[in-house]
Amino acid sequence: MDLKKINLEECLGLLKQKKISSKELISFYLKEASENKSLNAYISLNSEMAIKSAEDSDKRISENKARALEGVPIAIKDLFCTKHLTTTAASKMLNNFKPTYESTVTQKLWDAGAILLGKTNLDEFAMGSSNETSFYGACTNPWDEKKKYVPGGSSGGSAAAVAGNIAIAATGTDTGGSIRQPASYCGIVGLKPTYGRCSRWGIVSFASSLDQAGPMTKTVNDAAIMLDVMSGYDKKDSTSANLKETNFYKNLNGNKKLRVGIPKQYKSDQLNNEIIKHWDLGIDFFKKNNCEIVDIDLPHTEYALATYYIISSAEASSNLARYDGVRYGLRKDSNDINDLYEQTRSEGFGDEVKRRIMIGTYVLSAGYYDAYYLKAQKVRSKIINDFKEAFKSVDVIFTPTAPSDAFEQGSKIDDPIQMYLNDVFTVPISLAGLPAISVPMGLSNNKLPLGFQIIGKSFDEDSVFSAAKIIEQNSNFKKG
Amino acid sequence: MNLDNWETIIGLEVHAQIISKSKLFSGASTNFGSEPNTQVSLVDAAMPGMLPVINKDCVEQAIKTGLGLNAKINKRSVFDRKNYFYPDLPQGYQISQFTQPIVGEGSIEIDLKDGSSKKIGITRLHLEQDAGKSVHDIEPTKSYIDLNRSGVALMEIVSEPDIRSAEEAQEYVKKLRSILRYIGTCDGNMEEGSLRCDVNISVRKKGDELGTRAEIKNVNSIKSIGQAIDYEFERQTEIINSGGKVDQETRLFDEKKGETRSMRSKEEAHDYRYFPDPDLPPLEFSDDWIDEIKKNLPELPDVKKENLIDEYKISSYDASILVSDKNNVEFFDKIISENKKRNPKNVANWIIGELFALLNKNNLEIKDSPIKAENLGELIDYIEDQTISGKIAKTVFEEMFNTKKRAKDIIEKKGLKQITDKSEIESLIDKVLENNKDKVDEYKSGKEKLFGYFVGQVMQETKGTANPGIVNDILKKKLAK
Repeated sequence: MDLKKINLEECLGLLKQKKISSKELISFYLKEASENKSLNAYISLNSEMAIKSAEDSDKRISENKARALEGVPIAIKDLFCTKHLTTTAASKMLNNFKPTYESTVTQKLWDAGAILLGKTNLDEFAMGSSNETSFYGACTNPWDEKKKYVPGGSSGGSAAAVAGNIAIAATGTDTGGSIRQPASYCGIVGLKPTYGRCSRWGIVSFASSLDQAGPMTKTVNDAAIMLDVMSGYDKKDSTSANLKETNFYKNLNGNKKLRVGIPKQYKSDQLNNEIIKHWDLGIDFFKKNNCEIVDIDLPHTEYALATYYIISSAEASSNLARYDGVRYGLRKDSNDINDLYEQTRSEGFGDEVKRRIMIGTYVLSAGYYDAYYLKAQKVRSKIINDFKEAFKSVDVIFTPTAPSDAFEQGSKIDDPIQMYLNDVFTVPISLAGLPAISVPMGLSNNKLPLGFQIIGKSFDEDSVFSAAKIIEQNSNFKKG
Repeated sequence: MNLDNWETIIGLEVHAQIISKSKLFSGASTNFGSEPNTQVSLVDAAMPGMLPVINKDCVEQAIKTGLGLNAKINKRSVFDRKNYFYPDLPQGYQISQFTQPIVGEGSIEIDLKDGSSKKIGITRLHLEQDAGKSVHDIEPTKSYIDLNRSGVALMEIVSEPDIRSAEEAQEYVKKLRSILRYIGTCDGNMEEGSLRCDVNISVRKKGDELGTRAEIKNVNSIKSIGQAIDYEFERQTEIINSGGKVDQETRLFDEKKGETRSMRSKEEAHDYRYFPDPDLPPLEFSDDWIDEIKKNLPELPDVKKENLIDEYKISSYDASILVSDKNNVEFFDKIISENKKRNPKNVANWIIGELFALLNKNNLEIKDSPIKAENLGELIDYIEDQTISGKIAKTVFEEMFNTKKRAKDIIEKKGLKQITDKSEIESLIDKVLENNKDKVDEYKSGKEKLFGYFVGQVMQETKGTANPGIVNDILKKKLAK
């Protein structure tokens, strides 16, 4: 048995059958993670606490009191506040910041018996598509460590850790594609749930109307298992949805006859052949599974990227105002309060974060508000409506996750527009608050993974999982 | 300079702190005067990842207030972020309501000295968070931040520019404060800062277009409101009369000097970059909820005033004084309700006349009165059943005020009980007449002024406790013989 290759479902089975102990498992992954420095997937490891937790889990298992994720090591994006481990958002601003509180999502995981393995790398404050804006340095895609490809972003560390077999499963957050795009680049499964499905309480905010936590796993089943634990109403988050408990794992059905929509607006001329080839292949998989393929229209797709960068930056400019050096985090002292703000924020934030704050401040300014922010809100309504119309005739929508495979580190970092274009297929879904998963389908000519996206109706993660299962079963994608 | 043809245009923005156990968006306590930074939740300190959750009690308080201001309640309203940097503003923005407030247009009626009344329009009422406090006087080179107040719920109540004088502005704030206290949504305590006032003021020659306004901040007492307006009127008319232009600016009222001074110009004004707070869904509620709140709304001062006039035949003037403060009416109501036989007019006279005089002299509020309602009621009963005379009652009242003793004890101890026994009085009169035979003769020969002398003698004998009516009656009969 190769502990490195096991997925979450297998891991739970082994623990339950007492073929391994949680302590062995945790020790193994702590060792793997601490030895594999080259990926730079982790910002911190939970070395001391994790072993103790594993001993507790083993006790519970021996007493037949195991909970849903008893004894399983989980990696957490370093955007979730954790009581016992620093929470940095990969920013100098929060270097060494240790919260006194635990985010709702991570607390749910620990309450289900999961064990915090470590905090994973990300783009600073989750702003980026390559994990290159991290204060702790870039994270590397495990598929080809020599050539230094990006793992995608912002949840690059979580994706690289799962793909690089130094985590069994991880959490990510997705604002405009930050779970799905790195999942695609690293050849794993990544789900952004419906906005409101998982509580945002205790997750460092980037753009409040878009941020959503989700699982990053080796399989579709694993994602469902994780979401069952992570999701649920939280009265501490006013945007969290108060819904009946569901059981995604139990409802998963790989033989569902679905109506699958293919949006014509996603088929641009610039899309390279290997993507189109895999897209067609996926369509065949659905057909083979007696699913109906329906051409659909999402007419406002071309405005989504601009709309997204206006709204997300506007919210970010306000959400990040609290990092002022007054109460916590970095402070550059001065005798003048304005100077203190300037020095602290100049040194504490990296270039990309500053760029977003400036864009956001600009689009909300007097005289520009109507032309940018207000217009973006109107377009957002139209995009939401596009999906509503489309979902009258389909159950899920099938598209590429990203316009390309992973790119080389340094190749786009100086060209924000090229970087932002990576999000072209993921941001419309974020604006509409819909659930979407990225599932790996095959390899590009560079031998890098290509992921495809399945989008569902609001709070219909069940159909998303089922469609993802069809792709997963048929593509027979193998990890490197 | 003739100022008669000038007009002052005033609008007020009143910030009223909502009475509630916890803050607008967090569970932290709102206690005033606690140790610095002891009433601060993670949300109030704007820790990373913390989210606001609306406090339903505060929403209910705002609705109640809206109903008390005869205003339109908006069943859907939106929270916006007002962005600016300040050390005692942890989030870097204040959560407020900008384009869609919880309460829309309403009005209140104010009574003026000349006996007239006037309706002042309310533009809106919205909910917002208070900021914390910066303390600069602990150390010369450092500032300290106290976040106890950070996130406390405020109602900003904005008036229409219907106010034309300092008197009107003061009456408006007094009336508003009285309404807030009646319905229990704000304690109205200006010294503690639970009620704060900004004054928007411009001047114009009657009939002209509106002049440029100045916003006066930090006007935090009824007296300051008057001073600030008078000062601004002088300042602005002087500028215009000497050919200048009033600048649109924010000014600060200096309580010590009784002046306003420039704080920031229009050019220096902040761009607050308001936008809907994405952490908070719009506030929505049903007609049913509003109706339920309406049902439980306490009686408002205007209604109470009408009731006092109708039910007890109290004069309009007295009634308006009684209702101006909820504590007055409660005091009055208590005396009446304890004994339905008590004469409401007498009771009102005692409160407004004697009690207010002594309270004012001693700088006391009615709630701190040394004479409690039940004790004043007792005293009034003693006058009514002729145990003591009205004149004696005033002496007893003063002693009650100074010693907190009950009327009964004072009357007994000092033997102030009125003599109403006719035979006792008759024998007293006989004694006085006997001792003053010469004066009796003078009286009988036409010097009728001496009647008062005889009365005085009887009163002296009884230390004023003889019933004056009976004394008069018997004396007249005796002297007529």
